[in-house]
Amino acid sequence: MLKKLLALALVAAAAVVSGAGQLRAEPANGEPTPWAINLQPAFSPVMEKVHDFHNLLLVIIISVTVLVLAILAYVMVRFNAKRNPVPSRTSHNTLLEVVWTAVPIMILVVIAIPSLRLLFFSAKPENPEMTLKVTGHQWYWTYTYPDQEDMTFDSIPIAADQLKPGQPRLLAVDNPVVLPVDTTVQVLVTADDVIHDWAVPSLGLKKDATPGRINETWVRIEKPGTYYGMCSELCGVNHYFMPIQIEALSKEDYQAWVKQAKEQFAAKDGPATSLARADRAD
Amino acid sequence: MAYATTAGHGEHDDHHPTGWRRWIYSTNHKDIGTMYIILSLVAALIGGVMSWMIRLELAEPGIQFFDNTQFYNVLVTAHGFLMVFFVVMPAMIGGFGNWFVPLMIGAPDMAFPRMNNISFWLTAAGLTLLVSSAFVGEGPGTGWTVYPPLSSIAYHPGAAVDFGILALHLAGAGSILGAINLIVTVFNMRAPGMTLHRMPLFVWAILVTAFLLLLALPVLAGALTMLLTDRNFGTSFYAVSGGGDPLLWQHLFWFFGHPEVYIIILPAFGIISQIISTFSKKPVFGYLGMAYAMCAIGFVGFIVWAHHMYTSGIGTNARAYFTVATMIIAVPTGIKIFSWLATMWGGSIDFKAPMMFALGFLWLFVIGGVTGVVLANAGIDFVMHDTYYVVAHFHYVMAIAAIFAMFGAYYYWIGKMSGRQYSERLAQIQFWIFFIGVNVLFFPQHFLGLGGMPRRIPDYPDAFAGWNMVSSVGAAITMVGTLMFYYIIWHTFRYGKTAEANPWGEGATTLEWTVPSPAPFHTHEELPVIGAGDHGHGPLHGGVQPAE
Repeated sequence: MLKKLLALALVAAAAVVSGAGQLRAEPANGEPTPWAINLQPAFSPVMEKVHDFHNLLLVIIISVTVLVLAILAYVMVRFNAKRNPVPSRTSHNTLLEVVWTAVPIMILVVIAIPSLRLLFFSAKPENPEMTLKVTGHQWYWTYTYPDQEDMTFDSIPIAADQLKPGQPRLLAVDNPVVLPVDTTVQVLVTADDVIHDWAVPSLGLKKDATPGRINETWVRIEKPGTYYGMCSELCGVNHYFMPIQIEALSKEDYQAWVKQAKEQFAAKDGPATSLARADRAD
Repeated sequence: MAYATTAGHGEHDDHHPTGWRRWIYSTNHKDIGTMYIILSLVAALIGGVMSWMIRLELAEPGIQFFDNTQFYNVLVTAHGFLMVFFVVMPAMIGGFGNWFVPLMIGAPDMAFPRMNNISFWLTAAGLTLLVSSAFVGEGPGTGWTVYPPLSSIAYHPGAAVDFGILALHLAGAGSILGAINLIVTVFNMRAPGMTLHRMPLFVWAILVTAFLLLLALPVLAGALTMLLTDRNFGTSFYAVSGGGDPLLWQHLFWFFGHPEVYIIILPAFGIISQIISTFSKKPVFGYLGMAYAMCAIGFVGFIVWAHHMYTSGIGTNARAYFTVATMIIAVPTGIKIFSWLATMWGGSIDFKAPMMFALGFLWLFVIGGVTGVVLANAGIDFVMHDTYYVVAHFHYVMAIAAIFAMFGAYYYWIGKMSGRQYSERLAQIQFWIFFIGVNVLFFPQHFLGLGGMPRRIPDYPDAFAGWNMVSSVGAAITMVGTLMFYYIIWHTFRYGKTAEANPWGEGATTLEWTVPSPAPFHTHEELPVIGAGDHGHGPLHGGVQPAE
């Protein structure tokens, strides 16, 4: 009964937390919120499944914790030296030992099945419709669109004193990566100096950008909006200031952006990139 | 098993070198144990100050103190190294292990007393090198995981990382020698009747730990040597440009690094078993299950390393395997938790300070353990990976839990080691301050991590300000609790009451309580004989009979 109540309360709490994100006015915003106690709201199929699985795990781990701590509290009250001056000599109980070995195994099986399903779902997209290549540098990201004649641009963090109103500190960049909604995007992640990690919590994205390797992940964004993330592998002195900003546009707006961006970055691409490269300590 | 050789040396009990020779040249397990504990207390102060500096910087958004963010990264790195290699390991294995393994198994000393000496001094030299690494060049700002290419010569051109590598080499060599010493001692020097299945669980814990050290540390040494030659001699084990692979380092590092977390927590398991049994006045419940659960944890600990690498790009099938293997650890761990509860069940519990810390350990270990079950799943771990959720998890389950076991062990054994008993009132106050402090410090970090705050950053988006401030307040409370512990040490030596041979009464049944307090320079020169069914907890079953 207690377990059921707890589960209900948890699911309700989770609904409130995730609902709060979805009730926001359009467009969606994938960014951290003050005093949050749970995952950021989900805006991709992977992250939605992560939420579901996390809610299941929360019910299990909180029940286990409460059970153990309740036994502990009972033992402390019932078997303290004052109430129980003569200790028992019991040191074996085979049935008990079998039970507390077997029950955890069953709980783990209950966890493992959805866990592996989620793992294989998140690992590889079915029929990606486009590809985005992400390259990490100390300390900015470069985005390449192989489907758009390798259109490439750098995404440089905006210093705190140059932020426009509404741009969050340490999260906003000058050229966000732009992606269409309702499109399965294959993301290829690599780096050309040290290891970085391309992560956007609300979209369920996190992949190491390792020099010499191309790692694959994928995303399908469900709502137009802005989604923020931070580099998630220690990469040197400016590791804390290497944000990721994704602008998700409707398919039509995205096509318009591609047209405009091709012109913009065709002109800027060469010098901007080489300038940034010269910055690096080689 | 050892057998009594020469008797009648009792009158030489306290013949020992005096002055600095007693310590520098020491071959005595108790003196060396004491030196390890002092080393750990010194390193804990340095590592603790570093963590308070980190929490001060993180109390508010924006860069407060570290305009040089490299120095912040150096602090994060050094804090990890110090706490793992120079606080927990020396205290648990070198300190309490040295002191109490021989006493508990009825051996006069360690098997290789001179090797014991070099183990300690290698560790001390390692500590010196590690602390100085922070002041050489730009300092090692790589995190304790030292991932190349960040740790390569191109991105850390100064000698700091080399200092760090050599520090770990020295400490590692010291630990390997110490592990050999402990294994040989446990296998060959047990008193007559002290069969393996009668050893106290602390000895079991140290034995399993010693095997983990022996198997894991050479892998680290090899990996470090390759990093050293990559940095200095132009090899390219980890350099892509020369055909190497940064992931090779990650595999090797974590093949060492995961057993390392069990190296830290297994001795704590042993200590907690002794304390809970003593203060519940009952033998440990399910003794064999407890001993073999530790063996199982030690074994499985070697085949789960890549759960630290779920986002590194390793294959999906590999991640599926490591998910399942990692979750299996929850089973022997659960056996231990429930057996501790069953040990207390029906007991007559005294809530003395060591017991309070053991109960605190259970609290921390359960909370840290269940978040470990969450993180075991590759399908969800990638969301928490490299966030404060992981920081909260491992501080709960390993770091602070180990510190609680060490506090508990200190209060439990200080009478035996120093001949003076701590002040119960002060220790109880210290427990509550520290317990509240660490929970306020680390619990909110789960929220920060779920919200997406990455680790190892000196500044964070403003949305994370609230819980970070709470966490830093917790750090301040923890600091008070820590400093109070150092005061209690001073207070014990200055004002502590003379300790009896066995201050804990009927529950304390292991052999160390049969020798006087403080334990004489030489003990068990005449080997005790242990009766059947003792489990190192003799008197409950009819008594340990010292061979007169």
